[in-house]
Amino acid sequence: MLLEELNALAEKEKAGRKQICVRCCMSAGCVSSQAVEIKKALEKAVVDKQLTDKVEIRRVGCMGYCGQGPMVSIESEGLLYEHVTPENAPSIVEALAGGKTDVEKGDPNMPFFARQMLVVRAHGGRIDPERIEDYIEVGGYTALHRVVHDQTPAQVVEAMTKSGLRGRGGAGFPSGLKWATVAKSKGDRKYVICNGDEGDPGAFMDRSVLESDPHTVIEGMAIAGYAVGASQGYIYVRAEYPLAISRLQIAIRQAKQNGLLGEGLFESTFNFNVEIRIGAGAFVCGEETALMASIEGRRGQPRPRPPFPAESGLWGYPTLINNVETFANVVPIIQKGPEWYATLGTEKSKGTKVFALTGKVRNNGLIEVPMGITIRQIVEELGGGAPEGATIKAVQTGGPSGGCIPAELFDTPVDYDSLMKVGSIMGSGGMVVMDNSTNMVDVARFYMQFCMEESCGKCIPCRAGTVQMYNLLNKILSKQGTIKDLEALEELCDMVKNTSLCGLGQTAPNPVISTLRYFRNEYLALLQPEPPGEKAKTNGHLAGSTH
Amino acid sequence: MAVKTFTIDGQAVTAEETDTILQAATDAGIKIPTLCHLDGLGDVGACRLCITEVSGTNKLLPACVTKVSEGMEIKTNSERIQKYRRMILELLFAERNHVCSVCVANRHCELQTLAEEHGMMSVRFPYQYPNTTVDASHDWFILDHNRCVLCTRCVRVCDEVEGAHVWDVMGRGTNSRVITDLNQPWGDSETCTSCSKCVQVCPTGALSSKGKSVAEMVKKRDFLPYLMATREEKI
Amino acid sequence: MSKVRLATVWMDGCSGCHMSLLDMDERLIDLMQHVDLVYSPLVDTKEYPENVDVVLIEGAVSSEEDVEKIHKIRHRSKLVVSLGDCAVTSNVPGMRNRFKIEDVEHRAYIENAQNNQHVPRSVIPKMLPHSRPVHEFVKVDLFVPGCPPEADTIFFTLSELVAGRMPDLTGKTYFGA
Repeated sequence: MLLEELNALAEKEKAGRKQICVRCCMSAGCVSSQAVEIKKALEKAVVDKQLTDKVEIRRVGCMGYCGQGPMVSIESEGLLYEHVTPENAPSIVEALAGGKTDVEKGDPNMPFFARQMLVVRAHGGRIDPERIEDYIEVGGYTALHRVVHDQTPAQVVEAMTKSGLRGRGGAGFPSGLKWATVAKSKGDRKYVICNGDEGDPGAFMDRSVLESDPHTVIEGMAIAGYAVGASQGYIYVRAEYPLAISRLQIAIRQAKQNGLLGEGLFESTFNFNVEIRIGAGAFVCGEETALMASIEGRRGQPRPRPPFPAESGLWGYPTLINNVETFANVVPIIQKGPEWYATLGTEKSKGTKVFALTGKVRNNGLIEVPMGITIRQIVEELGGGAPEGATIKAVQTGGPSGGCIPAELFDTPVDYDSLMKVGSIMGSGGMVVMDNSTNMVDVARFYMQFCMEESCGKCIPCRAGTVQMYNLLNKILSKQGTIKDLEALEELCDMVKNTSLCGLGQTAPNPVISTLRYFRNEYLALLQPEPPGEKAKTNGHLAGSTH
Repeated sequence: MAVKTFTIDGQAVTAEETDTILQAATDAGIKIPTLCHLDGLGDVGACRLCITEVSGTNKLLPACVTKVSEGMEIKTNSERIQKYRRMILELLFAERNHVCSVCVANRHCELQTLAEEHGMMSVRFPYQYPNTTVDASHDWFILDHNRCVLCTRCVRVCDEVEGAHVWDVMGRGTNSRVITDLNQPWGDSETCTSCSKCVQVCPTGALSSKGKSVAEMVKKRDFLPYLMATREEKI
Repeated sequence: MSKVRLATVWMDGCSGCHMSLLDMDERLIDLMQHVDLVYSPLVDTKEYPENVDVVLIEGAVSSEEDVEKIHKIRHRSKLVVSLGDCAVTSNVPGMRNRFKIEDVEHRAYIENAQNNQHVPRSVIPKMLPHSRPVHEFVKVDLFVPGCPPEADTIFFTLSELVAGRMPDLTGKTYFGA
């Protein structure tokens, strides 16, 4: 493929567009509520009303407003339909020909949309993720062409560094530095891995990116491959994301067919291929060393670092491993320049972040916001505040590795360091809003149970410590615990955090630590008043019996 | 090879740059407790007993896999580390059904010795009493999951030294178990060479020879460094 | 100086710890200069007395009766000592814990019984689902592991306690000793 051919493809695509484009969300959420049937019904209605010259029905990825799905949007008419059913299709199409419809309408200009800043998700809900032509039409693969022809690998790494992008997998390690380390590492071959093993409960950002815009991730990986000197990439996706996997397969095949993956890209000497590897359901495989072990065909267990993957990764070769969202940031950075990217966000956290906003807010779904926005703005403006009659109490970020931020700290800006300061983490982007009906000890137990079940069993603190912590939380919740149990819980938190081998164990106590920090009273209220050591463990009625 | 100078517990120590903290400490006569580590096997850093405090980082580093570097100040036995080690041991004892008094490895068990050395007189965490089983299907050896600490020495010795890779681990978290072949009875294993290396390296009574009564299972672990040394000489 | 009021209790254990206690032999006579044995399987008192200074507990807590007993003992004693592995870890009695009670009873009273094969439902105290160490029920002040702890260990422990010191048993005894 040459640049001219790429541009010609884009022009041809643009020329073929019809006057009205009806976009039908076909992401996992909407597909699960009949989006496929809705699209078919819309297509049929267009034929029936003889509007085929004027109207096209387009399959698109996630529009983000998942709580209101299935969604259908008609941008040119300023229309957004919510909770669409296949039966609604005729009236939606009729409305385009001047008729009326009583299908539920949303406001495409509401704060949920207007307050977002779309970088990663710019094409989400707009292009057909199963057609490479759609991606090319919006400028796809021109960034790859540009780096391959106009930039040295060092310049690409420099651009990443300048952009200030930090890893979106949760820890926030500067991406430029990581790329630079891999680029410098010596090895006969190198690898690029995209971590799509998104496993936090309540998180679906990466799934949505993969389902909505798989080519941007592939292109980002190819650019990374060029920058660090790798010619083979792997996308590790969890098996629970069949639609993402299928769209990736389609995207990889189309890219290969069009010469956008493979040997001698854009008639250069640069080769790059991507293969998919499917996880088998273990949360710990999101940890980079476990993920690599899994790709290698071994048991998915973490190993101590150093050596870091950048020096010795997949099969012992230098490996660049980034998260889906990180790779999705690469193309915009190259296209619009690192200087532009560095103007977004805060001083130390550049760019935007995608969050899966769920729980007790009116508007549930995916949002992309600039770093530095406050939690209050997210919850109240984008989220629309609490549903009728509820009072929001806290927001949980970072999943089982994160923490709960109480309502009084909602003015905390969302950036890596501020969230860390209040005892949570950015994490991969789960954001669960909780109201007054939620018991925070129960929340802590939920996450502890998750970590206990997902612990790989390799190191003792995580394997056995999470069991004991889970049991203590259960004991406290069933009102059998004493202050001694709470002390033991805190000691275990400290020990598991400091002695575990990998991130899973090191962060497993975080939900307990953060709820203890802000909601200690909820723990204390559950404790037994009896002096420690005097209480029967089995049944209360035997305690103090003197006969 | 470059030589590094650093301190362990205040004592000045030199070692080669490829050495781990554990090797350097052992050479200097400083004992760091270990359980999953065994001379002659690849290290996995899993038991976390050999954690040390190293200047310049808040993280506790496992001595068995951390390389020495110039100017390091290493503490192997601070109060904090001692506390964590004791808790790790207590968690181990509470996790399975360790009954020292009736164990074949009584008095020859590394777990028991570690508990003794750390002044562990009781286990504060509730015992889990898991429903773990015994596999006595092999003609000569017994696998008792009740006594297994999942150190994976058996897995490593069989893979790295014997080359048979009979052993592996299945399951997650506290439900992890060592298995032979694809979780078939040991006696049915087609890959096991009955070499007994796994039995000899097992730190507890989890793997033992048949016919041994309480306290009779004495392990011979010295074979391993010897075997590795003779192999290297041949090459 | 008044004598230390000493009690020893036998719960779910084999009495080996008490045997080891007797193994102190002639040292018992010295010890008795300083202690009053106010309750023990070795003396005749039927009711656990009030104001016990030191109590040595042999055995795990395995039945509802044991639970009652251990709480009464805790209330009436200043210093509770778990003596031996059964009290400290539940040890051999705990080996039944991974089986269901019904299976354990069936094994003991029916499969292995020569005659009169039936599971007693009265007279025998009801078993707890798990046989557990003493400190999972009440606060324990001192642990003396061992199966049984050696006579020397018990003598050292009691001598220190009589002298008003908390004994440091590090290196003197261990699980399974």
